[in-house]
Amino acid sequence: MSKFPKTLCIALAGTMIAASAQAGQYGLGRAAAPDEIAAWDLDVAPDGTGLPAGSGSVEEGEQIFSESCAVCHGEFAEGLGNWPMLAGGDGTLANVDPVKTVGSYWPYLSTTWDYIHRSMPFGNAQSLSADEVYAITAYILYSNFLVEDDFVLSRESFGEVEMPNADGFIFDDRAETEYGQWRAEPCMQDCKDLVEITMKATVLDVTPQETTEAAAPQAAPAAASEEATPQATESTPVEASFDPDLAASGEKVFRKCKACHQVGKDAGNRAGPQLNGIVGRAVGAVDDFRYSGAMEKAGGHWDEARLAEFLANPKKAMKGTKMSFAGLKKDADITALTEYLKSVSP
Amino acid sequence: MTSDTTHKTASRRAFLKGSLAAGGTLAGAGMARAGDPLITEVQPWAQGFGDPVDETPYGLPIRFESDVVRRNVPWLTADTISSINFTPIHALDGTITPQGCGFERHHSGAIELAKPDYRLMINGLVDQPLVFTYEDLERFPRENHVYFLECAANTGMEWAGAQLNGAQFTHGMIHNMEYTGVPLRTLLEEAGYDVSAKWIYVEGADASSNGRSIPMEKALDDVIVAFKANGEALRKEHGYPVRLVVPGWEGNLWVKWLRRIEVMNQPVESREETSKYTDVLADGTARKFTWVMDAKSVVTAPSPQAPITHGPGPLVITGLAWSGHGRITRVDVSKDGGKTWETARLAREGENKALTRFYLDTDWDGTEMLLQSRAVDETGYVQPTKAQLREVRGLNSVYHNNCIQTWWVKPTGEAENVEVS
Repeated sequence: MSKFPKTLCIALAGTMIAASAQAGQYGLGRAAAPDEIAAWDLDVAPDGTGLPAGSGSVEEGEQIFSESCAVCHGEFAEGLGNWPMLAGGDGTLANVDPVKTVGSYWPYLSTTWDYIHRSMPFGNAQSLSADEVYAITAYILYSNFLVEDDFVLSRESFGEVEMPNADGFIFDDRAETEYGQWRAEPCMQDCKDLVEITMKATVLDVTPQETTEAAAPQAAPAAASEEATPQATESTPVEASFDPDLAASGEKVFRKCKACHQVGKDAGNRAGPQLNGIVGRAVGAVDDFRYSGAMEKAGGHWDEARLAEFLANPKKAMKGTKMSFAGLKKDADITALTEYLKSVSP
Repeated sequence: MTSDTTHKTASRRAFLKGSLAAGGTLAGAGMARAGDPLITEVQPWAQGFGDPVDETPYGLPIRFESDVVRRNVPWLTADTISSINFTPIHALDGTITPQGCGFERHHSGAIELAKPDYRLMINGLVDQPLVFTYEDLERFPRENHVYFLECAANTGMEWAGAQLNGAQFTHGMIHNMEYTGVPLRTLLEEAGYDVSAKWIYVEGADASSNGRSIPMEKALDDVIVAFKANGEALRKEHGYPVRLVVPGWEGNLWVKWLRRIEVMNQPVESREETSKYTDVLADGTARKFTWVMDAKSVVTAPSPQAPITHGPGPLVITGLAWSGHGRITRVDVSKDGGKTWETARLAREGENKALTRFYLDTDWDGTEMLLQSRAVDETGYVQPTKAQLREVRGLNSVYHNNCIQTWWVKPTGEAENVEVS
């Protein structure tokens, strides 16, 4: 949450009570101030009503998308791992596995703009300016081949964009297509001749085990991390070379990581392990995190050089890693992030 | 089944030391002729003290029940921030779901929002846009109602076939609580809503906002702005301090950490009602605004996580039934995969848009069963089979799968999720 609505409300709560006009019979509540309504009433209608002034180009969007969105959605909005695909899937809705993206499925562009504006990036919502949201939306449209590479999205050009699946939705029709035939006296005897089992859940075997110790099929020997752990905390001379300013800019870079990793006092494992003390920590050292086989087998420690190599291109540096992050392109970001990570502790 | 004197003597000291393990091994020895030590010997709990009062100022279930917890299916979602877990319905009875094990579904994590920081805004087509504090809400006349909340995706993983092996996983995106709160109608009237307005838009205070459009007709009918569940404050994971209750309609509309209600003349077409919570049909068109949860039921025991452990003889088959259209009037149970049906006993008369518990008290002969249940609601709607649903909708709807569920109970008493012809 942005801290601004809360602060605003608290400030206004004191001053507004006397000024409120009471509409109802109980006289409870107070009038909402115009700036309060403006702060919270963000929704955008399908025709674009509610959009703020601003604009952004595909080109600008590509840059911002790469920095703020590609960590989950991929450089081309193709979606990484289990994170949502935003592009592609054209013409697949009637297939066995429909691919539902902004281009193939979403009926209104307003929805994309509104959702990015209000809720993205994941873990750092409401941090994008209106221009940035226009730019990202333009880039997503471009990724779906819906606009050309010189397109600029603005409040004015918003209405020009046609969404391919705009007519792909119908209002709930169960009352007509289903209820009639299923509101009938059900059969009680001799309802069918033959009953055969046609599918069993245990064949698929995708149900989580209740005992968490479940032996992972090719669980790597724990030895690698166990033997490495003891020296982990002492071996790295972190203090000597610490640069607080660099760490501060690294904290900004860390926003890209926050969707999956936590640091600090109450840090726990999310999609990725908690990263307290990661610089100098043994590779694959968090006991209760389920690493990839590759990470478990890797051994050794995260010294700065190894971390830099991994952060630049995780999948190349550690073939088989579960981390879906595409990598940090700028060396300066890697250096800053590493400095920040040196500073995080429980 | 043996209970010789050696064991008895040896076990006495163990019992006096407070060993519960020995008690556990003898629990099955109900037929022992030589006297059950649990009865014939003085047990530690009958001799010494139990816990004093205040041992647990807010009590949790005793440790022996530690497996009755919410569980998730890690492969379903990219992470646990925007994810779901499941109510352990296989291990519960009655109808009220304790808050602590009622399933969670967050789109941006369960936020911590204190009552003093809480604000609820009503704006849009109203005479006077208003802001309420938590204390304001407590001063309106309030009501109590029991309602089920079912996620639209409950049983959604089973469209293409039997997949998850347990009632918790196939049907556990549901809970049933007694809510205390203010009718939304009261708050809309307080703001002076435009009587020609057709919609409201509701959203939460978390980063996802989870905004949804709801027709005014429903908003004025039975929607509640709730702040208590089962007599106590809502849990953080269920929207503390205030959530919306939208009886009989899909859980995604029950906005948690409710912060704003806008009176409108059209739906917003938010992410949650276009890209999600829409049901793709076989031809690729999709239904939207499929709010009502149709009649549905499931046998909660025996089931894969709750096998029969006592062998042939008296057996209680039990389960839950519900309908977003109103009351459950009847539940039938089949032991042979739907060839023949018997009508189950409802523990209490069905209640409007709330869970109904059913029992079939039977004598199990130890042969395999293909257990099914079939709910009928007050509109006469009969819970359909998966084949019937597929015929209308195809395989890609994801949401609103209210099909008849089959458990294959084997002679060993174990049960498995299966699909039958």
